[in-house]
Amino acid sequence: MLINQFLFLGAILFCIGVYGVLVRRNLVLVLMSIELILNAVNINLVAFGAMWHATDPANLSGQVFALFVIAVAAAEVGVGLALVLMIFRNRQSIDADDVDLLKG
Amino acid sequence: MTFAWDAPSVDFHALAPEIIVAATLVILLLVDAFTGEDQRWASSSIAGIGLLVALIPIASLAYDGTTRIMFGGGYVVDNYALVLKALFLLSGYVVVLLSTNYIAEGDYWEGEYYQMILASVLGMMVMASARDLVSIFVALELLSIPAYMMAAWRKRDLKSDEAGLKYYLMGVFASAVMLYGMSVIYGYTGSTLLADIAPKIGALATSTPLVTLGIVFVVIGFAFKVSAVPFHTWAPDTYEGAPTPVTAFLAVASKAAGFVALLTLLFVGFWPRHDVWEPLIWVLSAATMFVGNFIALRQTNVIRMLAYSGIAQAGYMLAPLAVAGASPEAASQALHSIVIYLVIYAAMNLGAFAVVLAVARKTRSAESDSFGGLFSYAPGLTVCMSIFLFSLAGIPPAAGWFAKLGIFQALASAGTTSGYVLAVIVALNSVIAFAYYGRLMRIMWMEDAPDGDVSPIRVPWSITAALVLTVGVTLVWGVLPGLVTHFTDPITLLAVGR
Repeated sequence: MLINQFLFLGAILFCIGVYGVLVRRNLVLVLMSIELILNAVNINLVAFGAMWHATDPANLSGQVFALFVIAVAAAEVGVGLALVLMIFRNRQSIDADDVDLLKG
Repeated sequence: MTFAWDAPSVDFHALAPEIIVAATLVILLLVDAFTGEDQRWASSSIAGIGLLVALIPIASLAYDGTTRIMFGGGYVVDNYALVLKALFLLSGYVVVLLSTNYIAEGDYWEGEYYQMILASVLGMMVMASARDLVSIFVALELLSIPAYMMAAWRKRDLKSDEAGLKYYLMGVFASAVMLYGMSVIYGYTGSTLLADIAPKIGALATSTPLVTLGIVFVVIGFAFKVSAVPFHTWAPDTYEGAPTPVTAFLAVASKAAGFVALLTLLFVGFWPRHDVWEPLIWVLSAATMFVGNFIALRQTNVIRMLAYSGIAQAGYMLAPLAVAGASPEAASQALHSIVIYLVIYAAMNLGAFAVVLAVARKTRSAESDSFGGLFSYAPGLTVCMSIFLFSLAGIPPAAGWFAKLGIFQALASAGTTSGYVLAVIVALNSVIAFAYYGRLMRIMWMEDAPDGDVSPIRVPWSITAALVLTVGVTLVWGVLPGLVTHFTDPITLLAVGR
């Protein structure tokens, strides 16, 4: 089975996600960029999982790992959105550059 | 196609500590749901008792002494896991002691706070036993997600919001990068079990670039957790903004959990490729020591100073890993010296935060100047803080000297040039570090109180108990280091010395 195309898609998504985290100033978009990285991980895991499953039917670790990543990512983003909402209530802004009280 | 499913055999004795902490968590939830606001004080007692009760099965497992392997090798309860679980439980207990008055007087959510601490400690305990990429990931998130919320606990305070947000963004980004590395490792080895990964990545050609990438990404993910330079930027801000007991928790327990994961991954999973991670750790360690110490020199806030000192201490702890691959003795020395350092660091750093908390109850500030004249009105606290600062600086008889000695021994036992150079860097940095520890001591002992207010500090019993515990441990281990090595000597990690 050829899995190159999945890995390329994963790598491109990963790069877009990392770019977004580093460059975007809107906190919601930063969260979405992190989701892109996690989805790149899932594509990788499922592609590799399918590859190993083809040679060894008992090997399902990749798919199981992807399920764990999906579940935990949901919990993570839940907390993240709550934090962003709290910041918005206290500051009326979700620009990452405005969050700069602590320095040095 | 059908698959037969066999229920895995579960060793309940081995899982008893985790089960007790999880049960305490459930009890706390119920107590929180069925009692009124005026009985919320019970939460901290229940949490503390739960953490202490969980030590009983750890003692019985240690007495039994057999290594218990469960779930096809994915969950291992051995001496290494037991020592670290005891460390996490005791640090969790001290943090509960430190939180009791702070949280009760601060009009914060009390029940939920202790649930978060217990969930996070549970994640750390699982981390100590996890020998599988999936369970390491789940443990990491179980210990991190409650910590993000705890950092932002004072939710109407802008600084606390900021602390939580910075910690969250850095932590989640790091774990996403780490996961990408794990997915590549899985792709090349077809297994998430560390014991299976080691021989398979060892058998691959040493020039497989994607495996190198995977290992580097995983190490970087945990470098964020242990606040190694250049991934440390969140730490000082989060430490300053978060409630002080939470800062103590993050600086000690959370950092220790990061090291535990790093040790397990590098020694069990990525051992055959130590040619990849050794240089990486070397650079991280040297940069962490220098940057941490030099920035700590110009801090005027005690908590930020402790944050940067904690970054530098993480650099000392990383150092033995950079030469661990030289020989089996070097590997075993590195493992032991890091575990010993973690245990001693926990005692002295928690103690230092306890003093800062006690002083801030009167001065309402953590600026260095507010510690002026502390000796004139709180001699007991001053002596305690001096012991902790001596220990952090590595001066006998406080326990820190023994931790540092272990690092030097591990670096020297490798017998390589890079090891000796790193040992010199550790020595240089210990001298630099004494400058800022000494300055705080001078302020406490020599200067006058800034506002002339020399009324004594009333220290609540819970902080006193935490101080007695940490001072006692720091002094006794400094005088009788055999008490530490008695527990750490039997430690082995599976792939070491293979």
